[in-house]
Amino acid sequence: MSISSPVFLPCGDTALTVEFGREVDPHLNALTLALAAAIEDAPPGGLVETVPTYRSLMIQFDPLATDHAAIEEAVRELLPGLEASTKTARRWRVPVVYGGEFGVDLEDVAERHGLSRATLIDRHAAPVYTVAMLGFLPGFCYLAGLDPSIATPRRKDPRAVTPASSIAIGGEQANIASIEAPSGWHLIGRTPVRNFLSTRDPAFLIGAGDEVVFEPVPAERWAKLDAAAAAGEWIAQEIARG
Amino acid sequence: MAEIAVIDCGPATTIQDAGRFGLQRFGVGPVGAMDRTALAIANLLVGNATDEAAIEFAGLGGRFRVSEGVARVALVGADAVLSVEGEPVAPWTSVTLRAGETFTVGAPRSGTFAMLAIAGGLDVAPALGSRSLHLRAAIGGLGGRGLRPGDALPLRRGTVDGDDLVLIDPPKPRVGPIRVVLGPQADHFTQAGIDTFLSGAYTVSQQADRMGYRLNGPRIEHANGFNIVSDGIVTGSIQVPGSGEPIVLMADRQTTGGYPKIATIISADLSRFAQLRPGETVRFAAISAAEAIAAAREEAKAIAALRGRLQPAGSIDLTSERLLALTLVGGFVDAHAEFFEEETV
Repeated sequence: MSISSPVFLPCGDTALTVEFGREVDPHLNALTLALAAAIEDAPPGGLVETVPTYRSLMIQFDPLATDHAAIEEAVRELLPGLEASTKTARRWRVPVVYGGEFGVDLEDVAERHGLSRATLIDRHAAPVYTVAMLGFLPGFCYLAGLDPSIATPRRKDPRAVTPASSIAIGGEQANIASIEAPSGWHLIGRTPVRNFLSTRDPAFLIGAGDEVVFEPVPAERWAKLDAAAAAGEWIAQEIARG
Repeated sequence: MAEIAVIDCGPATTIQDAGRFGLQRFGVGPVGAMDRTALAIANLLVGNATDEAAIEFAGLGGRFRVSEGVARVALVGADAVLSVEGEPVAPWTSVTLRAGETFTVGAPRSGTFAMLAIAGGLDVAPALGSRSLHLRAAIGGLGGRGLRPGDALPLRRGTVDGDDLVLIDPPKPRVGPIRVVLGPQADHFTQAGIDTFLSGAYTVSQQADRMGYRLNGPRIEHANGFNIVSDGIVTGSIQVPGSGEPIVLMADRQTTGGYPKIATIISADLSRFAQLRPGETVRFAAISAAEAIAAAREEAKAIAALRGRLQPAGSIDLTSERLLALTLVGGFVDAHAEFFEEETV
């Protein structure tokens, strides 16, 4: 992993952002996630938590216990080792019911790209996605790895409410939504998986750095899978990588 | 067994502690009390740890009755008056209420957020490490929501030890500009834009709630457009969208955001900033990151020193002209203004 020297940006007196770059780029995201994992393995004194994004890691700390300089020094010590850091990411199989009431924009997106419904689903379900980051709302996953041929600019009129656990396309990104939310993304399906369920332990399943493959399932299976997920079953299955 | 019954309360009355940390990487913002200083002092007055969960009032008050047991409470923060059976209680004191007694929290005459701490704390289970309500995700609070008339609030302790307390020589609110550290994206603004931000007077707009405060004032000039690939934010981050007018992200903020952030309010000044009402003006002054750390440590020391200024309430005369000024109307902060950025990267 080649490491260009990151930029250290103060966020007031409680955080330092380690910026690897300013673009959406898989390499920058990999560096960010590797640094997050390295910090988790060897937390510097005063660490509160880290927030990985596509391109930077925000490190939140307790200003009574440490400061920007000490955190920066700890990060600089970790940087050379990032290359060797082994990925501990998990790979998840996530069932999706595509189209119809589960993905009201599927037909429209297929038509826009001159594809059949089935081809669009194939292209969406083919890649192994990487979870670049979680944000916006609890459990909301931003996925890198969308087939560029089905990238679709966001809607001009965002919807005020979209269903929980929507599977959507927003520009060049794919996602797994969590709770009901406003969104301008194109809704192509829905998963019964609750990536956030406060009553379940663990409350979160899929995390930043994990991998996701989608498994199309028929609408007839929805009711049973959804009820099981609501009752606390994961439904998302951890599978072997490789 | 002890319990407080909610007879009436404003729509944005919530349970908040010092926040829920450790889950921002899953998209869960820390929420927590808007005025952490008030939370700490209210808790000190009832003998709690400074980060114990309390009831936060946002612009409006409420009416309660101790339905069972004995409860010692203290109200600190916005200039609201606590009254027991219609009799105002002196500020900066705790008071013990017996079963059947009714107490009210008035609407604040100034400021927005008042914290009511209860000795021993509320007997509600922490959710994901905190009792703070995360409204959007329905985590924490009272079963994932705010307080409503008719609710019963169980207390962990139904008895009190020792005397009610009074805080001698309470801290005076700091005056002067709100201190910020420039960045993390100060370089997304022209020098003129930064000068505008640091010299202008900004007014808190009506769009001010637990998620963020939109400010009106001189427009800040961007240097390279106003979209960035989202990165992490903290409570107090000041983002500047395309309008050029800043938005200060507050306790119920998202975890990441896609507008450049010109500066960050230092933690020692966040409580003071949170108490500004729509229509009030604010100025900002830049300090270094090292100075901001020093300010946080001073603030922590000042709060710790308050322990030495707590005395039994019966030992001093509590008459105060302030008690005559119970007001029932006050500022109202729109608790439902939407600050959500649907987009992220």
